[in-house]
Amino acid sequence: MPKALVVDDSKAIRTILAKTLKELGFEVCEAANGREALEVIEAEKATVQLVLLDWNMPEMNGLDLLKKLRQAPEFASLVIVMVTTEAELKHIAEALDAGANEYVMKPFTKDIIVGKIQLTGIQF
Amino acid sequence: MHSQTSISQIHPDNYRFLQEHIYSQVGIVLEEDKHYLFESRLAPIITRLGLGTIDDLCALLKATCQPEISRQVVEAMTTNETYFFRDPAQYEAIRTVLLPRLIEERRDTKRLRFWSAAASTGQEAYSLAMRLVEAGLSDWNIQILATDFSSKVLERARSGKYQQIEVNRGLPAALLVKYFRQSGAEWQLSDQVRRMVVFETIDLRSSMRALGPFDLVFCRNVMIYFDTQTKKNILKQLHGTMFRGGWLMLGGVETAFGVEEFFERRTVGNAPVYVAR
Repeated sequence: MPKALVVDDSKAIRTILAKTLKELGFEVCEAANGREALEVIEAEKATVQLVLLDWNMPEMNGLDLLKKLRQAPEFASLVIVMVTTEAELKHIAEALDAGANEYVMKPFTKDIIVGKIQLTGIQF
Repeated sequence: MHSQTSISQIHPDNYRFLQEHIYSQVGIVLEEDKHYLFESRLAPIITRLGLGTIDDLCALLKATCQPEISRQVVEAMTTNETYFFRDPAQYEAIRTVLLPRLIEERRDTKRLRFWSAAASTGQEAYSLAMRLVEAGLSDWNIQILATDFSSKVLERARSGKYQQIEVNRGLPAALLVKYFRQSGAEWQLSDQVRRMVVFETIDLRSSMRALGPFDLVFCRNVMIYFDTQTKKNILKQLHGTMFRGGWLMLGGVETAFGVEEFFERRTVGNAPVYVAR
């Protein structure tokens, strides 16, 4: 079963996204900020294949985590989809430049999330 | 304020009235189990007019025959829901199989013609246009005809302006960044892509003799509304607008059943494609 990580400081958002991912067949783990997420990813090593990543979070924000992960060769194939309230063109461009595979602006629907995950080409 | 429950009230006689009204206006058959569709599509009109229920709306239509309200009802019930790159397997088939073939076959004329036959708010035609630019065909003589019977949706389509929820759905973020700019709460598609598409109001039941020939026709998620004979007539007419070997793309649950003499069904990747004989 493929494994996904949901990173968002809102418990409610994490629950909604985790439910959708489980319906798609993912095993799901959660983190409330970038630092927690990094710990999970490093502990799980190569087993996490997909990360749904919020931008604005305490301790370590999503963009900083994204940049950190993309600097590490062992996480080069990790599929990262930003899911955030940041909805300006410059933010989307910045995230893509930093290595995000896809970008979802909040608010989202289940269809939007599923469609964006499909666009990344990840097998599930 | 009326509750959703009260809006959804619809007497069987009024259900039949709406079915007949929509069939007489646009030839579209709405089955017996579309109560949810009537409720969700007509609720905004009912609210706007200060009415309480679908039955009230029917009473108004019967009593006054106001063409503007009639048009609003028909458009609300028949507008094709669409989004960017809907059915990604079809766009993948176009990118990997159709375009390489056309690029080879048309390298002398560099002329390609496409038709989005139920264009609605334009996402299908513009998705194709972006795919063509991405394929390096921006200097080719390309025209995408985008048609719908609703002039109202085409007006929106022509503007190339979309809400955040619309660009969020199906559109790869890289293409959003490349081909759109933000304009207040809306996202404006670039002129480069908009110029590739020509919009026109066309009823699919009317003659298509003056159209084409096309290399690819999208006619998705609209056949399901027509009765069998109308559907056959439309498919036959569509065939007449296409190059031999041209591709017809239908919606996921639609088939060209009954017109096998005109189209051969093939599967390209994961996409069903109807090839004009």
